Amino acid sequence: MAYTLEGSTGTWEIVCGLEVHAQVISKSKLFSGASAAYGAEPNTQVSFVDAAFPGMLPVINRECVAQAVRTGLGLNAEINLWSRFDRKNYFYADLPQGYQISQFAHPVVGKGVVEVTLADGSTKQIGVTRLHLEQDAGKSLHDQDPSRSFIDLNRSGVALMEIVSEPDIRSPEEAGAYLTKLRQVLRYLGTCDGNMDEGSMRADVNVSVRKAGEDFRTRCEIKNVNSIRFVMLAVEAEAKRQIGVWEDGGDVVQETRLFDPTRNETRSMRSKEDAHDYRYFPDPDLLPLVLEQAWVDELKSRLPELPDAKTARFVRDYGLSAYDARILVMEQATADFYETVATGRDAKLAANWMMGDFFAALNRTGRTIEDSPVTAANLAGLIDLIADKTINGRIAKEVFEAMVETGQAAGVIVEAKGLRQVTDTGAIDAAVDAVLAANADKVAQYKAGAEKLFGFFVGQVMKAMAGKGNPALVNEALKARLS
Amino acid sequence: MSLDPATVRRIARLSRLRIDDTQVAQMQGDLNGILSWIEQLNEVNVDGVAPLTGAAMMAMRLRDDVVTDGNLQEAVLSNAPDREGPFYAVPKVVE
Repeated sequence: MAYTLEGSTGTWEIVCGLEVHAQVISKSKLFSGASAAYGAEPNTQVSFVDAAFPGMLPVINRECVAQAVRTGLGLNAEINLWSRFDRKNYFYADLPQGYQISQFAHPVVGKGVVEVTLADGSTKQIGVTRLHLEQDAGKSLHDQDPSRSFIDLNRSGVALMEIVSEPDIRSPEEAGAYLTKLRQVLRYLGTCDGNMDEGSMRADVNVSVRKAGEDFRTRCEIKNVNSIRFVMLAVEAEAKRQIGVWEDGGDVVQETRLFDPTRNETRSMRSKEDAHDYRYFPDPDLLPLVLEQAWVDELKSRLPELPDAKTARFVRDYGLSAYDARILVMEQATADFYETVATGRDAKLAANWMMGDFFAALNRTGRTIEDSPVTAANLAGLIDLIADKTINGRIAKEVFEAMVETGQAAGVIVEAKGLRQVTDTGAIDAAVDAVLAANADKVAQYKAGAEKLFGFFVGQVMKAMAGKGNPALVNEALKARLS
Repeated sequence: MSLDPATVRRIARLSRLRIDDTQVAQMQGDLNGILSWIEQLNEVNVDGVAPLTGAAMMAMRLRDDVVTDGNLQEAVLSNAPDREGPFYAVPKVVE
């Protein structure tokens, strides 16, 4: 069911493409040997190259190129063995060179594709137009002084990948799914940490609207949206604004806009008329970037298993549903955790425990998979105790909660609290007899046809046995007595 | 190709050059002279010749990803017309 918006003149479709800026994970900057680490004292990670001192020359970082190539491979994209750097000219206080070194005419990565899965379970291919390498700018602080802005160049020159999608996105949900998938692939590849809070991934959102069957209408670009949720909100808010403009007889003007999340609206940036005249030209300081196919092949051979392949393998090898597999594969660490638990055990039981009690416990305690109070080995140990019938399912939940609290192994808790399942039929029979004797009225009702009461008897017996009775044996004993 | 006065002013503004009206005509003549000289290059037949991307017929050298630079806070700030503590200070930039 295609996503559309209703206007006063009919039904409108959204057309959206995203430009994602992803900060490359590397030790040093794209063209200088200064550190690319986050959060240092202002202007301490700045070389003379980054500060654009006269005569300083850029030298490219091989690892940044490798990261771009890995990302391209992960996006099923063409790798261009010959690419080139251009200067994008503009003046801003946090851009000391007066130009950004970028790749305009010849990017290192060409066309690729990202497959997204939507809430209804359907999939869609979103085209990637290109990926290129470029320098990040410095950081401006506008709120520290009444008349001056302060500039920190620590970010200046850090490598960014700009990943441009085709205008294939047709709904806020698709925009969110594309960003989520892109971030997941980048994290799996280890090429960008995808941390939108710290600005290491941010999106420019291009939006236009049209009636069914029309060509593209004029688009607007919403700059620097810094969360997936805001991207989805911005797409919808901007589309509605444009529909209003068209339907009031106006024209949408191609411009750069900002999204204001507190008002859920976009507004025009007070942009200069020349803002988009970047006067690109090849950077004379840099030779063409020429890659060997053998090097690209080697990078490809070392790529980790990516989310799509891992999801398919989880479905195939562990018998999981596609939905469950996608949830467990969302983060690499979660997938690794699951495999540790599931290997050699009931894989579906392992999945149920992880997606049920385990995720709930992480949420409740505010922990992540990396610092989980219950280790993979301990969760596996708990499942082993269920499998060998040392404890029943109900007691297992109690044991699990104790594991969350104490971080201890399941076996230690079971022994300390005396939670072993009772399989001694003598003890079970005694408990059954006591319960039936104490509830003679209900026994009579049951025998008169009130079969629902069977559950009541089970509950009473389990209660009498402090929850430790083997459920199958309890059922068996009750049935024998009541028939 | 020749530039009109409006384009000359626009190029000056993009380049952050302040030129007054008396300089526009001279700048226009100078730039047009350069452009007509460059246009002579269009007379050369370059059919089948790949675009040249540099005078050196070699590919770019790549460096290893190691931190070899930085921690020059005082040095990089030394030429700043204005500073505040560890920051460069510039006239307020308002979006």
